[in-house]
Amino acid sequence: MSLKIKVGMASCGLAAGARDVYQAIQKYLENSKLEADLASTACIGMCFAEPLVEIIDADNNSLTYGDIQPQEVETILNDYLEGKIHKDKVILSNIMEGSENENLKNQTRIVLRNCGRIDPESLQDYLENDGYKALEKALKEMERTQIIQEIKDSGLRGRGGAGFPTGLKWQFAYDTPGPKKYFICNADEGDPGAFMDRSVLEGDPHSIIEGMTIGAYAIGADEGYIYCRAEYPLAIKHLQKAIKDAKEAGYLGKNILGTDFNFNLHIKQGAGAFVCGEETALMASIEGERGMPRIRPPFPAQSGLWGKPTNINNVETLANVAWIILNGAQKYNKYGTEKSKGTKVFALAGKIKNSGLIEVPMGMPLKDVIYKVGGGMKTEKPFKGVQLGGPSGGCVPAELLDTIVDYDSITKTGAIMGSGGMVVMDEATCMVDVAKFFLNFTQNESCGKCTFCRVGTKRMLEILTRITEGKGTMEDLETLEELSENISQGSLCGLGQTAPNPVLTTLKYFREEYIAHIKDKRCPAGVCTALLKYEITPEKCVGCTACARVCPVEAISGEVKKPHKIDQDKCIKCGSCYDACKFDAITKS
Amino acid sequence: MKNKKEIDLTISNFIGKKGSLIPLLQEIQKLEGYLPKETLRYLSQKTKIKLARIYGVATFYSMFRLKPQGKHIIRVCKGTACHVSGAEDIGKAIRKELKLGELEDTTDDGLFTVMEVACLGCCSLSPVMMVDDNTHGKLTPEKVTEFLQKYK
Repeated sequence: MSLKIKVGMASCGLAAGARDVYQAIQKYLENSKLEADLASTACIGMCFAEPLVEIIDADNNSLTYGDIQPQEVETILNDYLEGKIHKDKVILSNIMEGSENENLKNQTRIVLRNCGRIDPESLQDYLENDGYKALEKALKEMERTQIIQEIKDSGLRGRGGAGFPTGLKWQFAYDTPGPKKYFICNADEGDPGAFMDRSVLEGDPHSIIEGMTIGAYAIGADEGYIYCRAEYPLAIKHLQKAIKDAKEAGYLGKNILGTDFNFNLHIKQGAGAFVCGEETALMASIEGERGMPRIRPPFPAQSGLWGKPTNINNVETLANVAWIILNGAQKYNKYGTEKSKGTKVFALAGKIKNSGLIEVPMGMPLKDVIYKVGGGMKTEKPFKGVQLGGPSGGCVPAELLDTIVDYDSITKTGAIMGSGGMVVMDEATCMVDVAKFFLNFTQNESCGKCTFCRVGTKRMLEILTRITEGKGTMEDLETLEELSENISQGSLCGLGQTAPNPVLTTLKYFREEYIAHIKDKRCPAGVCTALLKYEITPEKCVGCTACARVCPVEAISGEVKKPHKIDQDKCIKCGSCYDACKFDAITKS
Repeated sequence: MKNKKEIDLTISNFIGKKGSLIPLLQEIQKLEGYLPKETLRYLSQKTKIKLARIYGVATFYSMFRLKPQGKHIIRVCKGTACHVSGAEDIGKAIRKELKLGELEDTTDDGLFTVMEVACLGCCSLSPVMMVDDNTHGKLTPEKVTEFLQKYK
């Protein structure tokens, strides 16, 4: 029989140990009568169950096993040969009924259509899944204006965060005359908590190349850049291979598909600056300068990279392009809401059961995204809020879970769609600490050009730090709100304009938590160290002296085999005693 | 300069090309491990790019280092998902294991450099760290100690 075995080897799979699993299968196949093609694929999005191994037989019956350890490989494959299936290990299958398929059932996969299914390093695999058919159609059957119209009709909006209509952006670049234009893919995915761009680049690099080539043809560009974060080495490796293969096969380079259209594509590695996700800063960085945003207008479409008309789209946006051209705008805009068409990829992380990547039609209520697709909470603690849109976004509380996911509805809550990061938080998360976390981030990443952003975020961080240390005043809350207003109005780019969002939304929805820190000197979630109090329960303490020995400031006293005591004046709240106690005798409150 | 020959070759590959300063610095850092002052001065002489501009770019991006770094680079993820899953304790455990003070980032034996990064994009396996090019997920302070032993 002819079997196919695929191992998920994207960054997330590798981090969970997929390489060892792959090698174990390789070794097994060498010494067994089982004949199978072993291949690697990327991420299907079910990161919570990595490492993943899929077995497909000649009749296309597929079984995907999750949480596979190298030492289990032999048993699972031996049993598979004998027709025995480890049902508890199967998380996805087209031949098994059951709840294990719920995760994918509620999804609509356009951007992630090939992720985790094809071998990203094989052009052949991509071609077998309709690859480069859209490019052929665009180049041979469509006028440039027709392509732009198709994208406009699809209703596709920029997936990088701001949600600007993609077709209109292309139109502006098309309308600017000039012999030299550039087409750039923004793959500088800096939002902590979002990883869909990484996954698409690692799992389906040709779809980005195809989307870019179609776009470049439409606007009249002959040179392009993919600006990718250096933190994504695997994505860069797969892109390099894909560009080389596409060039050799005539989908890139000179005289593409025998036409007179030329398009050269380069990869530029970022050097670690969040602000370079902003398009004018990104162009400055490609030019070899400090990545600082420029004043718009002129917009990139008029004067962009090296002063030439330039179009910039995000990875996820571009992954939609080939699908739209091939299947038509009408089919695409059937998905979604009136003003937000198509699907959106979300990165689910935090205290959620099925963390990973999902793609759902726009318009799905947040509640369904988290509970139906995401499987609900991972811990027993209740849901508290979900952080949307990274450092530019905000925290949405439980009472707003009926909000549907589209650009405008999410903006109304004070958060933003952003790139689609969703970090789920439970009662053990302190919202003031979360706000402080994001301000620390934006303060660090502010490029320093605008005073309000440079100094303002620093002042906000100082205030938030003060509050988490129990030294805040009620007046601080008003100062925070005032500063927020000033920073959003006084900043040139999106980083500064949206930096206060995490503070504003937590102040709006979780104000009582700020007040508890200020008035009661208490952190309700038990996160802010300075406000914690460690105590020893005398009934549980056996006097083993373990705590007293690890205490760095000798705040714990007591005789051997008798209950110990913590001197609160000396205690620096480091938590060493809490970790050292084997009898649960130390409580923190 | 340890790798003068290679550096000369790199410079000649990039010279005159548009926007080459960042890739040049990336290549030099790969060769030298960091960006030493003398090398930057040499680069300025060779390329006629003003030293102030080179320094401006080198200090803007977090990837560039002006001090020597350890043989292994440990990147501790401080992204949102890792933060709410206890990244702080992971950072502490690494520093404790490597006996690093609060303001130090490289061990005395030059084996490890620890740095914090915004997000490694493996949020579903949080907390995460990257040692050189290998990502390790679902960490606990105990696991960290175990992993680091392998690199010693």
